[in-house]
Amino acid sequence: MEHRDDMGAKLGMWVFIFTEILLFGGLFLVYAVMRGRYSADFHSAAHHLNAFIGTINTLVLLVSSATVAMSITAVQKGDKRLAVVLLFLTLVCAAVFMVNKYFEWGHKFQIGLYPGSDLMLTMNHGQVMFFSLYFFMTGLHMFHLVVGGIILTIAMIKVNRGTINSTRYVLLENGGLYWHLVDLIWIFLFPLLYLIT
Amino acid sequence: MTEEKTHHPEPSYLVNTGKYKGLMSWLTSTDHKRIGIMYMYAMMVFFIVGVLLGEIMRLELFRPGQQFYGPQTYNGLFTIHGIIMIFTVVIPGLAAVFGNFSMPIMIGAKDVAFPRLNLFSFYLYILGAGIALTSQFLGNGPPDTGWTFYAPYSIQTHTNVVAAVFGAFVLGFSSILTGLNFIVTMHRMRAPGMTFFKMPLFPWSLYATAWIQVLATPIVGITLLMVVAERWFRIGFFDPSLGGDPVLYQHLFWIYSHPAVYIMILPAMGVITEIIPTFAQRKVFGYKAIAVSSLAIALVGYFVWAHHMYTSGMSPTARWIFSLLTFLVAVPSAIKVFNWVTTMYRGSIDLKPPFLFALGFIFLFMIGGMTGLTLGALATNVHVHDTAYVVAHFHYIVFGGVGFAFFAAIHYWYPKMFGRMYNFKRANWAFGFLFIGFNLLYFPQFIIGIQGMPRRYFDYLPQFTLGMQLSFFGGILLLIGIILMLTNLFSKKGAKAPDNPWGGRTYEWTIPSPPPLENFEVMPVMGPDETPYDYK
Repeated sequence: MEHRDDMGAKLGMWVFIFTEILLFGGLFLVYAVMRGRYSADFHSAAHHLNAFIGTINTLVLLVSSATVAMSITAVQKGDKRLAVVLLFLTLVCAAVFMVNKYFEWGHKFQIGLYPGSDLMLTMNHGQVMFFSLYFFMTGLHMFHLVVGGIILTIAMIKVNRGTINSTRYVLLENGGLYWHLVDLIWIFLFPLLYLIT
Repeated sequence: MTEEKTHHPEPSYLVNTGKYKGLMSWLTSTDHKRIGIMYMYAMMVFFIVGVLLGEIMRLELFRPGQQFYGPQTYNGLFTIHGIIMIFTVVIPGLAAVFGNFSMPIMIGAKDVAFPRLNLFSFYLYILGAGIALTSQFLGNGPPDTGWTFYAPYSIQTHTNVVAAVFGAFVLGFSSILTGLNFIVTMHRMRAPGMTFFKMPLFPWSLYATAWIQVLATPIVGITLLMVVAERWFRIGFFDPSLGGDPVLYQHLFWIYSHPAVYIMILPAMGVITEIIPTFAQRKVFGYKAIAVSSLAIALVGYFVWAHHMYTSGMSPTARWIFSLLTFLVAVPSAIKVFNWVTTMYRGSIDLKPPFLFALGFIFLFMIGGMTGLTLGALATNVHVHDTAYVVAHFHYIVFGGVGFAFFAAIHYWYPKMFGRMYNFKRANWAFGFLFIGFNLLYFPQFIIGIQGMPRRYFDYLPQFTLGMQLSFFGGILLLIGIILMLTNLFSKKGAKAPDNPWGGRTYEWTIPSPPPLENFEVMPVMGPDETPYDYK
């Protein structure tokens, strides 16, 4: 006697996604207030970000969202091999994103630009706000990316074992939903941080 | 009928059937009833600690000047009193205890939608409370900011604010997951035939509560993380000496913390809505109005937060809009009160302890609500802002409202929870002490507040001595009432409880006391002409 309700599980994930959006919503609100107040500083500070790497990362995440969606369809059609390959590609995209971020963050740390650094103390307050929000928002986003990656790794193993299959795949679907959330948040972060120059 | 019902083949949920015995069988249980009971015991411990901290404050305030300890200790005391009472007692409060225990049964379900997630919420609750309490013993001493953690002081003080703030963050996460679980449960697991408007009203109030938990809590979560980041990295979101904006902090904080008041009070209203028709032996008056008013409170309550900030620096337009919305949110609350009173009209009232506590709730909640309007009005607010008047107002809501509803709920569902009755006479005595003690404790605070006594002050002018001393004696009576109530409920086993001791009309009274592990032997189905209050 097992209770199973895939619709319920998905509803739960949607509700959770609402809370995640509001979690970031608080940061977007602070961003809006601070950018309204220090728009010139935000403009000049954003020059320090590398829009090229940002664009690459955006493309990488968009592709990963596509591959995870395709993997769900593959599972629904019963093509286990293809599903595993697509999930693996998704995880590769996640890794590429993280590596790019590592270099971006690493570069900023190298030149002494990080929260609480001496360089930060000499900057205008608006610029400090910009970089603080940059680290806070992209940091929180990366944390979500790692969590999403772990969920999808588990899903991939389960697809391979056959415990996720064409008759039960709600874990993969929920993992996919979460992954789209991670993607969606980045779609907002990218223009707000990189493209305001 | 009743003769037959006393013999049940299925063991009750209190009997251990899993692989563990004793305490472990509780700590690993995903049964919603056991989780509800665990929340109740944990909350009782925190409540008693919070009460004792309050009494220690009253002791210091017995006379003007310093008596037993200094102002820094006093600041620490009111901070931890607030953190414990708000974040670990009244916010999870009735939803975590009685929502878990009763709601699935009332909608005809075996459990909540995600039983393991439910247990995880409980552990997050314990973890968060634990982290918040470590702030007292680790770091540079207990936090002294008040439970509101207002910037810039929460950024500048050397006390251990980070632990307290992070504890509140984890507790918020627990609250979100409980809300999520309840939303899905009520959407997916109602008995066949039970449409939303055939759901009993306590689940309705939990539904409205759950949406606030899910949509408001993340805002304070991220705000508290920003406070931590600001303390570590001197960022300057909120601290003006670093270029930040303290009013921004207040907005973000109250965007959650005002709706949190409705997280506390909505389930309390739901419980009262179940108790009053049962003991007035009438159908509840205005079912739909009560159900919809819960949602209306949740919705409007989301947009009134800045009425905490009239004196903080806001545009006059913003102030009158928030004042208007504050008055509007009083309307659905008043609708509920009218419905309760109308339900009693021409009822055949059976004055048992749960009903007595419910009456106490209505009386105290009315005073709390009306004085809330004094504070919500712009002109009067300026005079009583941050005075003892505010302290009295929110204790009337949070203790007189939520607390008394909690006591009413314990006395109402106790026979169902444990299959035992309690002594009515002692319960009535406890109510007497609690009710008189409560009013004696908090009513003088209204008066000295209007006369100018600020809140959170360690010392006071001699003219407030009488009020403070009345409060002290009220506190003693209240403490006696709490001890009487708890010993009556938990010190010895009462007589065996029948399945339906009160003549309740919802599903939980059709099953054995205490309920079997999976609640129903035959899953209930609601017929097309039935209403939620047809089961006796």
